[in-house]
Amino acid sequence: MIAIIDYGAGNIKSLQFALAKLNKESVLTTDPQVIRNASSIILPGVGAFKDAMDAINKIGLSDVIKQEVQAGKPILGICLGMQLFYDKSYEDGDWDGLGLLKGNVSRIKETVKVPHMGWNTITKHNKSLLTLHLPDDFYVYFVHSYAVEELEEATLVGSTEYGGRIPAIVQQGNITGMQFHPEKSGDIGIQLLANYEEMIS
Amino acid sequence: MLAKRIIPCLDVDKGRVVKGKKFQNIQDVDDPVALAKRYNEAGADELVFYDITASNEERDIFLDVVEQVAKEIAIPFTVGGGIRTVEDIHQVLRSGADKVSINSAAVTNPQLIKDAALKFGSQCIVLSIDAKEVAPNQWNVFTKGGRYDTGIDAIQWAKQGEELGAGELVINAMDSDGEKDGYNISLTKAIADTVNIPIVASGGAGIKEHFLAVLEQGADAALAASVFHYDEIQIPDLKIYLQENNIIVRRERK
Repeated sequence: MIAIIDYGAGNIKSLQFALAKLNKESVLTTDPQVIRNASSIILPGVGAFKDAMDAINKIGLSDVIKQEVQAGKPILGICLGMQLFYDKSYEDGDWDGLGLLKGNVSRIKETVKVPHMGWNTITKHNKSLLTLHLPDDFYVYFVHSYAVEELEEATLVGSTEYGGRIPAIVQQGNITGMQFHPEKSGDIGIQLLANYEEMIS
Repeated sequence: MLAKRIIPCLDVDKGRVVKGKKFQNIQDVDDPVALAKRYNEAGADELVFYDITASNEERDIFLDVVEQVAKEIAIPFTVGGGIRTVEDIHQVLRSGADKVSINSAAVTNPQLIKDAALKFGSQCIVLSIDAKEVAPNQWNVFTKGGRYDTGIDAIQWAKQGEELGAGELVINAMDSDGEKDGYNISLTKAIADTVNIPIVASGGAGIKEHFLAVLEQGADAALAASVFHYDEIQIPDLKIYLQENNIIVRRERK
């Protein structure tokens, strides 16, 4: 059972539907016990960084997530969910993230339209099972205004170009992040989720 | 590179997709879920669903359609029509929509855009503007399905929408809507030059050249309904044509 952390607003139903297509059972939850018993965790992405961290802290999930990840449980962060893995975000202030990965989150430079919205291509970096069976570059659906900076290069699996390089797929051990929405990226997105599920099984 | 988007728009009434000309002569055309699947397979980049009745009784039927669509297709879609409160937005997002399009309610209550953007994030709040030319190069915002002139300047309203936190604008040129004479390029361009958020051009698509023209002139996406519903333009053909004319589009390699 996959625990999808349900920390408030937004469309997480699509993610559940996508997992169902892969015959993966998932549950929307904020219950620490359910999260501890789950085979893996997905931290989805909606809304603002501070609100999300506040919500996670308020229901006391910050420590649960950190402990489970340290114990080796696979976690996938999608969009804002991926950004929450990092040390800090500068979204309307200066906020601490979960600190599972080294790096910061900053606003996309205003030399391009913000939010970065639509289908953009992924360029592969470090080899990973995540991008197996996928072409050298492929389109996925992005919608975000902030992006990760100063990450460790060894964790970068895929990036896109939008007013500079934007980390799009990151992986470090049992921690995986996708800045785009695989559940909204058509057949390619489903393939990415299938690869992820295969990788952690 | 970020691709320009092609977006079929589906007007939904009592659970069916309908298409009228200039908001009149509404006729039944298809089942929304079947159409959504077809467009997804054809390579549509996004979909828009408008609840055109938006009466309370039929809201549940519409929300059910939204959920069915989310279940069947894995591309993003926007929902509009009858969105008046933060709770309305919450409902459609929870039903599986990715973005919510707000039109008249934002004119009456601009704070709604601000509250919604703060709560759900700008990325899912779309401000939809119905504009009509009232004097040469002067476009006003219209509401109530195009019947009421608010007197508000459309370009100023677009700018204000961005400041309030909208993450995208749909610019619906009401003079050209349903006429198939082409998008309103000057209006779209004027707004694209004023704001720094993505712009979806709407109203007037009849032939492939119309898409090319508006995507070359500032639009990030082009929305259309009847040309797709009635198979006058095939999305794969349209994308090949755009690509041949140096527009970056997404074409999945099978």
